[in-house]
Amino acid sequence: MSARIEWRVATLAEFRNETATARTLLLDVPGWPGHLAGQHVDVRLTDADGYSTQRSYSLGAPADGERVELTVQKVPGGEVSEYLTDVYSIGDPIELRGPVGGWFVWHPSRTAPVLLVAGGSGIVPLMAMVRARRQARSRAPFRLIYSVRSPADQYFSSELRRSAVDDSGLDVTTVYTRSAPPGATREPGRIGGADLERYGWPPQFEPTCFVCGPTGFVEKVANTLVGLGHDPRRIRTERFGPTGG
Amino acid sequence: MPPGQYLTEDFPVLSAGPTPNIPLDRWEFVIASEDGREYRWTWDELLELPAEEPTVDIHCVTKWSKLETTWRGVSLDVLMEDVETTADFALAHSYGGYTTNLPLEDLLDGKAWIVYEFEGSELAPQHGGPARLLVPHLYFWKSAKWVRGIQLQEFDELGFWESVGYHDYGDPWREQRYQGD
Amino acid sequence: MTQDYQDGNALAGPLAELFAVDVTAATGRCVSCGDTGRVADLRVYGHELGWVARCPSCDHVMLRLVRSPDAAWLDLQGTLSLRVPLPPS
Repeated sequence: MSARIEWRVATLAEFRNETATARTLLLDVPGWPGHLAGQHVDVRLTDADGYSTQRSYSLGAPADGERVELTVQKVPGGEVSEYLTDVYSIGDPIELRGPVGGWFVWHPSRTAPVLLVAGGSGIVPLMAMVRARRQARSRAPFRLIYSVRSPADQYFSSELRRSAVDDSGLDVTTVYTRSAPPGATREPGRIGGADLERYGWPPQFEPTCFVCGPTGFVEKVANTLVGLGHDPRRIRTERFGPTGG
Repeated sequence: MPPGQYLTEDFPVLSAGPTPNIPLDRWEFVIASEDGREYRWTWDELLELPAEEPTVDIHCVTKWSKLETTWRGVSLDVLMEDVETTADFALAHSYGGYTTNLPLEDLLDGKAWIVYEFEGSELAPQHGGPARLLVPHLYFWKSAKWVRGIQLQEFDELGFWESVGYHDYGDPWREQRYQGD
Repeated sequence: MTQDYQDGNALAGPLAELFAVDVTAATGRCVSCGDTGRVADLRVYGHELGWVARCPSCDHVMLRLVRSPDAAWLDLQGTLSLRVPLPPS
């Protein structure tokens, strides 16, 4: 990691709409030093009056030269997210600083089993880990449990469906909290101990657990994992504040 | 408009900690003088004091300004009426632990209030309710939310933001944002 | 009650301006309650005036960071010690 980080100008190269309210941004960042799955960046917007504000966003994909990927969930009234999902256009500049964060990261050299638990937009850094695993042809056993309100709220749907089939050693389970698609075997409802037991790893396998989502979700899942016998030192968490607007 | 400020219609919420929940029957406001004497008001006692409705411009050090905001509350002149002091400085402190320092003279002569209404409604907790200090001629961090008391003292003790780089006085017209400005 | 904080991961960027190591992976001990935990797990408020990181057990302020255009102020009065993991030498 470089010791000094600086604000760089990034420009929007492409975008994809993930849901009605979330957009993936593919940014070109000249001089990008590369990053690890799970790291994030700070994004800074400055308007004509000189008013400036910044937010943290997780990187959604492993490093690809000078191209980085963020997925932004629109937060009602959130000045940064509304700009990035509705106004920000191809070729427009923003300021970006990173990568940062060395705690919530997965190294492709690790071989221990991994449990990923995502709540809503918390899937983004965990998707970076799934993609980094594929890119490195890692054989580390991965299980992803992705909690979303409904199928319409799911990010990366087709890629995750494909990965669940193609990436050997990766299991993907989607837990719907409000409405499940037709044919789903699990009744809609909040994630609980039974889900983490059934779709996760037994504690004896000593998996590294990465939990990311809104604060309440992360607290609940982390506490439940500890209750199931997982060592708190192997549980890594990242919470999204409401100021993520 | 003070230099470097821009106008906003919103009322941004800036916080340094959890919003305290203060039951009104346990709320109190205390002015403590430099010799240890304390002057206390309960919530009901505060409401019984003569109120004013200042309409003032407010200026946040993060560069937003909001014009002609209307508040209702009690002037510090009223609260200080019976307080005997020769102190030059005040340290306002809040429920939740926040502090901010000001020269005492900046709280007097119609320049500061303890307010409990904003634009005709009771002051919302995220904006400092049940009651906050209002000192509109200084940057808005001096207008302590959830105010609980004022300590009068002979020396200037730096408050929460003043002790990590913000200006001791904070005059928006002289753009005193950070130490050294 | 709405959640009005982020977690300590949000400090990674601002602290990376000051330190060569990733401080969010460090373990800190709270002056007030003595609990230890990762900086990444602290509760971080604000950022417009400055970052205020509180102990998740007792809400005591463990770290404050203010960035002006040409300086940074860092206060660690609320942190008794910081254990920073380093690669074996």
